[in-house]
Amino acid sequence: MFSSGNYRRFRTQGLLLLALSGLMIIMSFSSPYFMKWDNLRNILDQSTLNILVGVGMTLVICAGGIDLSVGAVAALVGAVMGLAMHAGYSPYLAIAAGLMVAVLSGLVNGGLTAYLRITPFIVTLASLSIIRGLTLIITGAIPISSFPSTFTGLGSGSLGIFPAPVVLTALVAAAGSVLLNLTPSGYYFQAMGGNEEALRRSGISVPRYKILVYVLSAFCAGLAGLVLTARLNCADPTAGYMLEMDAIATAVLGGTSMRGGQGSMAGTVIAGLLLAVLRNGLTINSIASYYQQVLVGVIILAAVVISELRSNRVEEAAL
Amino acid sequence: METNGPAPVLSLFGISKSFGNIQALNRVSLEVFSGQVLALVGDNGAGKSTLIKILSGVYAADAGEIHIRGQVFKHLTPGRALRSGITTVYQDLSLVNGRDVVSNVFLGKEYRKARYFIDRRRMEKDTRRLLDQLHINLPSLKVPVGSLSGGQRQALAVARAIHQGGKIIVLDEPTAAMGISESQQVMALIGNLRKQGYAVILVSHHLPQVFAVADRLCIMRHGSLVADLPTGSTNLEEVVALMTGLKAGPPSEVRKAAGN
Repeated sequence: MFSSGNYRRFRTQGLLLLALSGLMIIMSFSSPYFMKWDNLRNILDQSTLNILVGVGMTLVICAGGIDLSVGAVAALVGAVMGLAMHAGYSPYLAIAAGLMVAVLSGLVNGGLTAYLRITPFIVTLASLSIIRGLTLIITGAIPISSFPSTFTGLGSGSLGIFPAPVVLTALVAAAGSVLLNLTPSGYYFQAMGGNEEALRRSGISVPRYKILVYVLSAFCAGLAGLVLTARLNCADPTAGYMLEMDAIATAVLGGTSMRGGQGSMAGTVIAGLLLAVLRNGLTINSIASYYQQVLVGVIILAAVVISELRSNRVEEAAL
Repeated sequence: METNGPAPVLSLFGISKSFGNIQALNRVSLEVFSGQVLALVGDNGAGKSTLIKILSGVYAADAGEIHIRGQVFKHLTPGRALRSGITTVYQDLSLVNGRDVVSNVFLGKEYRKARYFIDRRRMEKDTRRLLDQLHINLPSLKVPVGSLSGGQRQALAVARAIHQGGKIIVLDEPTAAMGISESQQVMALIGNLRKQGYAVILVSHHLPQVFAVADRLCIMRHGSLVADLPTGSTNLEEVVALMTGLKAGPPSEVRKAAGN
């Protein structure tokens, strides 16, 4: 499956899995409630937003970019869906409209980055602000709530024993992994992040793939907006605040290099689960959320330091 | 065409190029043959790089013609140059260090299966065959290119150029910043390319290396081709003298030293 020969990646995933199981063992000793299926199901459910957006973020970072607008896109998509349903459109039409808005914002992000050659950090920082502002304008800054049950079922319903969002997230992560590792687009994303000039010289249209990657990221953010809105039965214009930071943290913790060119979808999924387990475990053990924030920051820092040290070693070996 | 040897794969006729009032190339004519290593030497600013950029289609010549296997071009574009089989190997610009050998050889030309998916197995098989053909030894096809030595990466960049259809391989300072044994690997590879019928244009400052591997020496000075000599008929002193202007080249038209 992960064919492009990166031992480093396998090792990162192995270490993450080890950390995840270690953490789960510790948590299960500290609270009898932790290992109950209801709680595990809850953890899975809570990891979905991070992982959904993290899948798109992994692709973007692999391609040498960054997308800060994902949280704002999620909120806008929720608002568009909410407004459409309140205007009397069917949930399916509302979902289609919302996802179309997501794709559109991805096109704008990608187009500005690819053709005007503005750094993606600036482009998506600006679009974060614009999109968040637009969301507040179209909703009048008031949350929209109560939707048909076909819609809310996507957030709080179940498919078999799993919550619907978990099934959706699993599908998206699998698709992302296949895309990144087994298709030409995935190869080009990674080549773009590693050496854009090499990709250009091999006759591939770099702008085309740059736009594609931002569209995919925005689409994932749109799906997160759908899950968020359906789960809460409410489209909050301030929803998804700081979601971009969580998604970047998830991708980086999962072994995706901020320098671009390398990333792992499996790593992102495991990292998303790890963060969810950590938050859940700390909450169960009644540790205040302020401490959780500090701890999450420290873990991300530690992960990046470890991965940088290791990639420096690889590069030194190359000289 | 008074020579009765094989026809050249690439001929330049009176190529001139100036940038503002600097004459970078002044009526350069040159013939390149398959199975031959042509070394382009000259001091800094002699016009080697400009000539190569015209060959790879980066610059358009102000005057002159380029003939490639019967086709005549006033100027090449990068795409036309590639389609005509002229490939310039820039190691740093053509390889993605984070990706493995197979992905690099096939970048932009991946085999597919079921239309949408990469056919990894077939790509690995052909990469192995290509590397065997060129006698390039790599520890594994699955290691990131960044972990290979400079010589191995240069060899890989050449393999990639050939895989993408290169028949006329332009190497610009291929051994710059390389150790002795790495340079020797690259020299051996150039020898292999010649044996297999590729035309090689080698730009290098390293004259002993050039003498060891080239069949012909084309010496440039101040934008002109001052001499075109078979390697066997000249020596280091003469070449240095021609490069620095201590000795003038043959008058007017360039001596035809090509052929065999």
